[in-house]
Amino acid sequence: MKKIFSIVLLFIVTLGAFDASAQCKGFAKKICKAALDPYIHDGNFHAAVLTEGEEAELYKTFYSDTEYRIAVCGSEQLPKIEFKVVDANNNVLYSNKEHNYATTWDFRLSSSQQLKIVIKVLTSTTNVENVQSGCVAIMFGFKESK
Amino acid sequence: MKHFKVIWIVVLFLAGMISSCNSCNKKKVPEVQVEVDTEIIENINQAKKIFYSLPSPLETAMLIKTAGATYNEKLLNPLSNVTNYTTTKSMALNLGIYTTDLSFASLFDQTQTAINYMQAAKKLANGLGILDAIDNKTIQRLEENINNRDVIMDIISETFMSTSSFLKENDRTAVASIVLVGGWIEGLYIGTSLIDPNNLKDNKLVERVVDQKLSLDIVLKLLEENKNNPDVASVYVEMNELKKIFDKIEIKTSKVEAVTDKATNVTTLKSTSKQIVTPEVFKELTEKIRSIRSNFIM
Repeated sequence: MKKIFSIVLLFIVTLGAFDASAQCKGFAKKICKAALDPYIHDGNFHAAVLTEGEEAELYKTFYSDTEYRIAVCGSEQLPKIEFKVVDANNNVLYSNKEHNYATTWDFRLSSSQQLKIVIKVLTSTTNVENVQSGCVAIMFGFKESK
Repeated sequence: MKHFKVIWIVVLFLAGMISSCNSCNKKKVPEVQVEVDTEIIENINQAKKIFYSLPSPLETAMLIKTAGATYNEKLLNPLSNVTNYTTTKSMALNLGIYTTDLSFASLFDQTQTAINYMQAAKKLANGLGILDAIDNKTIQRLEENINNRDVIMDIISETFMSTSSFLKENDRTAVASIVLVGGWIEGLYIGTSLIDPNNLKDNKLVERVVDQKLSLDIVLKLLEENKNNPDVASVYVEMNELKKIFDKIEIKTSKVEAVTDKATNVTTLKSTSKQIVTPEVFKELTEKIRSIRSNFIM
C-alpha cells in the first residue's frame, strides 16, 4: 500500500510540474522581471509551482567581467522563500536567510564559475489542510561589470 | 491488477481536482490514513524540480562583446538560408542561431541588421508553431527604437522569453533545448572565428571560449532530459564529441570567497582561475565548432 501511495504522490508532483509554466509565465513576467531592473533580463524563464517545504535547484555558469542580479520571487500566498547560492564544492556563498529573505542578490565574479541556486519554500503551518502552493520564479539579469 | 485500478481511480480523481482548481490557492489534501515512511519522502525529493540554465542568445552575444569581439557581419548565418529550414530540428537550431546573430548585431548598434534577423527568426518561430512570440508589433517596436539600445535589448529578451515559455507551456521542452543549443553554438562560432590562432596568450576571447567548458556540462544535462526525442539525441551526439575536446582543456579554480561592498551592496566572488589549453587543442576545438555550426546551418 505504501508503494501505491508513493506512486500516486509522484504522479501528482509530476502533474504539477507539467502545469507549472502555464500558471507561472504571467507572474514571472509581471513581478519577477520587474525586480531585475536596472539589469537586463537575459531572456531565460525558469518557474515551477512549488508547495510549502518543497525545494528546487538551478545550475548555471556565471562569467567574469559581468555583473549579475538573481531574482527569486514567489506568489503572494506563499510563505517566504529561502535561496542559497552554492559553489562547485558545496560552499554556501550567499544565503538570503541572513539578509531578511531578500528576493534579489547582486554579484560579480573575478573568475567564471558554475554555481547552484537552491531554493526552498518555507513552511508556515503544521496543519496540512492549510498548506499553500504557488508559483516560484528564478530570473537573471546582467550588465557589463565596471 | 486490482492495485492498478485503485491507483488510476485515485489519480483521475486528484487530476480532476487539480485541473478544475487552477486558481485555488489552498490545497485541500484528502484525509488519507497512511504511514509515510522515509522511502516515500526520498521518492518525492528525487522528483524535485531541477533547472539547467544555459546562457541565452542575448547573454552569449554580450559575453563575446565584453571579451573584446569586433563586429563582422560575414560571420552571421546568411538570411538567405532561412528558406532551407523546413524540419523541426533545423528550424529550432536556426531560431537560436538567428537570435544570437540579431543580439550580436544589436549590441554593435547594427539595428537594421537586427531587424532583418528578427524577421528571419519570426519566420522560423511561425514554422515551429510558436504563436505571437514575434509578431509585426515586435518588428515595429524595433523600428521605432532604432537608436535606443536598451529598449532593443529589452525587446529581444522579451521575445526570447515568450518563445521559450510558449514551448515549455506546450510541453515542447525538447524544441526549447535545441533552440538554446543553437544559440550557444553560434556564440562559440563567432567567438572562435574572431580569434587569431597566433595570438592565444592573454586573449580575453580565448578565455571566454574556454569558459564554455563549464556550460557544456549544463548543455548535456539539459539535452539528457529529452534524449528520447530523436532530434535531441542527434544534437546530444554532437555535443558529446565537442566534450571530448573540451575535456583536453583544464580549468583550475581556487577557493571562492564572497566579499560584499557595503556602499554598492554588490558582492564579488573572489577566486583565481588558470586555464590550460595548448594551441593544438584550441585549433581542434575551433575546427569542431566550425563543423558543428556548419551542420546546423546547412
